[in-house]
Amino acid sequence: MKLSELKPGQTATIVDFSDDELSLRFLEMGCVPGEEILLERIAPLGDPIAIRVSGYSLCLRFSEAESIIISPTNLPKEKVQNN
Amino acid sequence: MSSKEKDITYATPSPSEKAGGRLLKVALAGNPNSGKTTLFNILTGLNQKIGNFPGITVDKKSGFAKIKDSTVEFIDFPGSYSLNALSQDEKVLPDVLKDKNNPVHPDLVFFVADATSLRRSLFLCTQIMDSGVPVILVLNMIDLVEKSDEKIDVSMLAEELGIKVFAVSARDAKGIEELKNALTAPLEIPRKKIISGEAAGRDKAEKQRTETIQRYKAIGEILKKTLSKKEVGLGSSRTKKIDNILTHRIYGFLIFFLILFLVFQSIFSWSAYPMALIEKFFSLTGHFLLQHLPKGMLTELLVNGILAGISGVGVFIPQIALLFGFISILEDSGYMARVSFITDRLLRQFGLNGRSVIPLMSGVACAVPAIMATRTISNWKERIITIMVTPLMSCSARLPVYTLLISLVVPEEKVFGFLNLQGLALMALYLIGFLAAISAALVFKFIIKARERSFFIMELPVYRSPRWTSVGLSIIEKVKTFVFEAGKIIVAISIVLWVLSSHAPGDTFQKIEDSFRSEEYTRYYQPAEIEKMIATQKLEHSYAGIMGRFMEPVIRPLGFDWKIGISLVTSFAAREVFVGTMATIYSVGDENNTRSIREKMMAEINPATGEKRYSTAVAFSLLVYYAFAMQCMSTLAVVYSETKSWKWPLIQFAYMSFMAYVSALVVYQVMR
Repeated sequence: MKLSELKPGQTATIVDFSDDELSLRFLEMGCVPGEEILLERIAPLGDPIAIRVSGYSLCLRFSEAESIIISPTNLPKEKVQNN
Repeated sequence: MSSKEKDITYATPSPSEKAGGRLLKVALAGNPNSGKTTLFNILTGLNQKIGNFPGITVDKKSGFAKIKDSTVEFIDFPGSYSLNALSQDEKVLPDVLKDKNNPVHPDLVFFVADATSLRRSLFLCTQIMDSGVPVILVLNMIDLVEKSDEKIDVSMLAEELGIKVFAVSARDAKGIEELKNALTAPLEIPRKKIISGEAAGRDKAEKQRTETIQRYKAIGEILKKTLSKKEVGLGSSRTKKIDNILTHRIYGFLIFFLILFLVFQSIFSWSAYPMALIEKFFSLTGHFLLQHLPKGMLTELLVNGILAGISGVGVFIPQIALLFGFISILEDSGYMARVSFITDRLLRQFGLNGRSVIPLMSGVACAVPAIMATRTISNWKERIITIMVTPLMSCSARLPVYTLLISLVVPEEKVFGFLNLQGLALMALYLIGFLAAISAALVFKFIIKARERSFFIMELPVYRSPRWTSVGLSIIEKVKTFVFEAGKIIVAISIVLWVLSSHAPGDTFQKIEDSFRSEEYTRYYQPAEIEKMIATQKLEHSYAGIMGRFMEPVIRPLGFDWKIGISLVTSFAAREVFVGTMATIYSVGDENNTRSIREKMMAEINPATGEKRYSTAVAFSLLVYYAFAMQCMSTLAVVYSETKSWKWPLIQFAYMSFMAYVSALVVYQVMR
């Protein structure tokens, strides 16, 4: 499953990346495999999205989220509103 | 560790160090939003210098501070997340660290970490440590951690990392003295490497990826021992609540437009009073100098060339100060990142960035501060496109030109009973400017090659209230940059334009004076009228007049004569000069007397056709010309100082002149 398929409020664990160039950028920002992430919100026009990772908010474009492979953790920790 | 480095204790510099003026160089490095600049401001106060990093065009801020008996130079490095980063700004740090002979190679790095994002901060911190320079870790925003239920064991962290660690809150200036005192102790190279040796991998990129994962694993081990619990994401609940409103699909945009409106109003109307004051000051000084200095060329050069140029620089200061006050508040509070977040989708299609909105909208007041505001756009290509199209937005200097020309040809009538026709024409011109800017952006998107892939992977920082000292310092910095970088070009061009419009070949001016002083004039005309006629004749025969005549064949297809040609030359200084030049050409004298300029222009007959010179076709052609043409030396000067190259201002001048010429040609030929 890709990060781009996650719904707001859902959590997942990072598994792998499908874009080599982008992956280094994500890794450096703390998105390492095994790290748990939460999809915080989606921008009003549907793109970009904001995730919570290693204690801070990171935003990225939908197209960039497609390159992150995740495995959903089916325990929604907290409900986040999608306005 | 070399013996020299070991022995340096800066409280007591050795005689040779004193003689050689050797001082301790401390680099400030850290992630964006780590509070690095706030700390820099506290450490250096007003004692700051802006320059370039050697050999490249990245801005360098440095400042000095006296600590005990020695002088320390602090250098603020651009914020980055990793030493592998590729953008020009982010590459400065790794390049300088690698090169021991670089004049800004630091003796010590203050690594400023956002204590609430320790994991990500330690990534770059340990990279720098592993490069072998002495590092002191500054845990900033410790106040936020103390308020939360998370605990950081600072001494354990220092133990694990093998470097000194200080917890501070730069915003409240807490812990700063302890940090300063640390500079008097001997420098220590990190005791151990977090990652040593090269990571495995087929190529450089794979090695970097493997190393990154290993490094985060190592950091995870360290944090297990030093954090009381896994970080919860501090300040998140308050920020989340604010974000629910500010990134809302209706309120988000509504609030954004309200803020834009406020920024807009302030640079438009609040700055009007101080601007008038500055102009008044310079014109009074000019009058005073003209009266009290001996008459002659030197005095005229001083007043009409140099002083006029300095006044032209000075009038921009209120707008620049206001705009950057606002931008600094929006940036510091964390709101600017949200502006990008909600507008990225829309602007990306035009090759622009969410942060292009502020420059583009500010361009309606003035392109000069607007172009300086593009600094917040980190992607090079998106920034250049924003710079290139911003001057197409109808700025306030076009307003006097528009008003004069519209009043010439558009009747003051109402359509549908309530819409003022002149007002509609004005609105149409603003709209044309906006559409031209968007279309030009789209064209540049395909022409300009990207230096780096367009990423939108960025942090959404926690909301914090801005610090007024930072806002003040940022205003001072921007005004300084403008005055000293763009300012000198503006003064130089102003002198050239003065020479062109007030000098003529040979003794032409003397002949004009003599002919008007003859009895046939003095008998019938008042001295004041003769002065006006002399001014008109002088301008028509000056170098600018000669250029106007020379240009006539080129601009005739647009419906312009050589008199308009003169105005095109002189109004390169600033668009509103068009009105003043018209006043001189038509011997009105007082440029504020728009009505009599209009009457004279209306009465002007084109000898070739026997019809009105300023026909509807000519006026509209001129309006379109001014909407598109790059008739502003200050904008070109500021584009030069922002891009640090003449290439971009020249391209901008060429494409805008071309657009102006072709559109005016079409308008005139169709409407004629």
